[in-house]
Amino acid sequence: MNFFTKAFWLKLSSPKTFYPFAGKMIPVFMAITVVLTLVGLYYGFVLAPPDYQQGDSYRIMFIHVPAAWMSMWIYIVMCLFAIIGMVWRTRLSDMMAGALAPTGAMFAFLALWTGALWGKPTWGAYWVWDARLTSELILLFLFFGFIALRAAIDDPQRAARASALLASVGVINVPIIYFSVKWWNTLHQGSSVGLTQKATMEDSMLTAMMVMTFAFWAYTFMVAFMRVRNEILEREKNSAWVTESVTQRVSEKVEGK
Amino acid sequence: MIEVFRWLIWRELALALRRKAEVLTALLFFVIVVSLFPLGIGPEIDTLREIAPGVLWVAALLASMLSLNRLFADDYVDGTLEQLVISSQPLALLVFGKILIHWVLTGLPLVLISPILGMQLGMDMDSIIILMLTLLVGTPVLSLIGAVGAGLTLGVRGGGVLLSLLILPLYIPVLIFGAGAVESAQAGLGVEAHFSLLGAFLIGSLILAPVGAAAALRISLD
Amino acid sequence: MLNCVDLACVRGDRPLFSELNFNIQPGELLHVKGHNGSGKTSLLRILSGLMLQADGEVHWNGENIRKLRDEFQRELLYIGHLPGIKGDLTALENLRVNSGLGGNTITENVAWEALGKIGLKGREDLPARVLSQGQQRRVALSRMLVAKAKLWILDEPFTALDVKAVAMLQSVLEDHVKNGGMIILTTHQDFSVANIEVRVLHLGISESSI
Repeated sequence: MNFFTKAFWLKLSSPKTFYPFAGKMIPVFMAITVVLTLVGLYYGFVLAPPDYQQGDSYRIMFIHVPAAWMSMWIYIVMCLFAIIGMVWRTRLSDMMAGALAPTGAMFAFLALWTGALWGKPTWGAYWVWDARLTSELILLFLFFGFIALRAAIDDPQRAARASALLASVGVINVPIIYFSVKWWNTLHQGSSVGLTQKATMEDSMLTAMMVMTFAFWAYTFMVAFMRVRNEILEREKNSAWVTESVTQRVSEKVEGK
Repeated sequence: MIEVFRWLIWRELALALRRKAEVLTALLFFVIVVSLFPLGIGPEIDTLREIAPGVLWVAALLASMLSLNRLFADDYVDGTLEQLVISSQPLALLVFGKILIHWVLTGLPLVLISPILGMQLGMDMDSIIILMLTLLVGTPVLSLIGAVGAGLTLGVRGGGVLLSLLILPLYIPVLIFGAGAVESAQAGLGVEAHFSLLGAFLIGSLILAPVGAAAALRISLD
Repeated sequence: MLNCVDLACVRGDRPLFSELNFNIQPGELLHVKGHNGSGKTSLLRILSGLMLQADGEVHWNGENIRKLRDEFQRELLYIGHLPGIKGDLTALENLRVNSGLGGNTITENVAWEALGKIGLKGREDLPARVLSQGQQRRVALSRMLVAKAKLWILDEPFTALDVKAVAMLQSVLEDHVKNGGMIILTTHQDFSVANIEVRVLHLGISESSI
């Protein structure tokens, strides 16, 4: 397989080729997820020294920060997939957008949850209207809107086009919203004990965060591929190759017994 | 082109004038919601004055959003929307006409009644003028952005609630700078920055929203 | 002339038709037939530019209607399932507004005359919502009497009409075709127009034979 030719990507963008490809990739990503998570947590929880101010409570950052990064990245990637799907009318791009949305929402929620857990010992409250947390909350709402719109429309083509349009509006608006919230926060002089306060970060801390981020990426690909595979089966259930592959699998199972 | 646009404006006005009650609903909603706050918070005028910009802006936001449900829904049900989509004129222009009339009939009344509500909440005259100006620049942005959502949720299960889920997060910048300007005015600070940004939002949405709403309508009618 | 090349339509995950090729010339009437759910309405909506086809192209005078858009829409009169009239406006206002929005402004006199001809004499000034279903249908169809468009696409135009109105409508169709117009329509009724050969397009034959 040559990953750098146009023909390869064109071929991969057809659900029929993508289905077995994703099937092969899922175990790979699963292995990467497990290994990197273990390594990342080892770095974060064992190798990294305790913080001179916050003690051990800061260690939740190794989940919180990568989760927050991921939620933003996934939103952008999801929107790009949706828009690509609309412009070139590739079904697979749209399926990827739909498959990424729940994971993005999950990471946004995880970032908020861990942020609250970190906030209690640090700020003395679970929730503070900090610019980052507020933006993260709005991002979660945007994910919910995207998911809800797709869920409310039965026809897959219409759902694809509608959510792509919503994604385009979202992509334009996210920077504006982010900037507004930041501005609002400085104006109101909210408590701003952020990560930026720490001038230097230990190498082991940075390593742990990077490793965890890659682990989350691998996880995202894994679950997105799983969802896309289900979606492909559902949407192409009338096509010959799906029937073939399902009957083949059933007969294998029967023989296995 | 102008001829078709004139027919559209005439039609929108004629329909609205024959259903006056519906035009007033958004306005009444605005008044009632604002009046609820003193009842929930207490009659302490200093507190009320402090929260007035936020209360008035959030109420305006909700009132504007509620009225958006009807923007395309009736035309969708009776099939006149189909005729607009296949009209020989650019759909974005016709959509702009509809949004314009919609704002004049539901957004502008909010602006005009806001001084009375501002006084009820103990605001001083200078801040009230700023409030009116922010609403004047800000509510068209709400109608414009909202139109895209209204187009997307046409004929969709639970359209009304879904519309708020899609649109309210996008309203946040307008809320922040609209209410922020009034707060600045109350604190005796400058409001130029707020107005520049609100103006930028208005220009941006004037350019993009009709095109987006037109695309949304085409998708919903497909 | 309208020309369809390899047209395909998919609703949900169900293919309705594919590789549909036909054309229609000035002075021709095309009757689209097929059982319920065979894609008649979808085809008409694709031809009028309301719906996006899954595959293939529709050409008007040799150019894709998606590219022409405005130029094509000006030549098009589409009357669909939905009445497309406003209950709060009078019959007269409905006709004038619908025509005006279609780029064809008509005077009040022309509108009065058209409504009288289609059998709504004396009801011109009533709000459309008090009219019967058949009368509302007539208000919608009255656009045909004042239309300048070349291509008419009519989805079940005869629904809810009485015998007299159907006869009247058929003579309108005849006039249009004789004057070099084009008509594409669907109807479940047996219908013929005097002196005009009706071309028939069957949709979904393969499915109905199962």
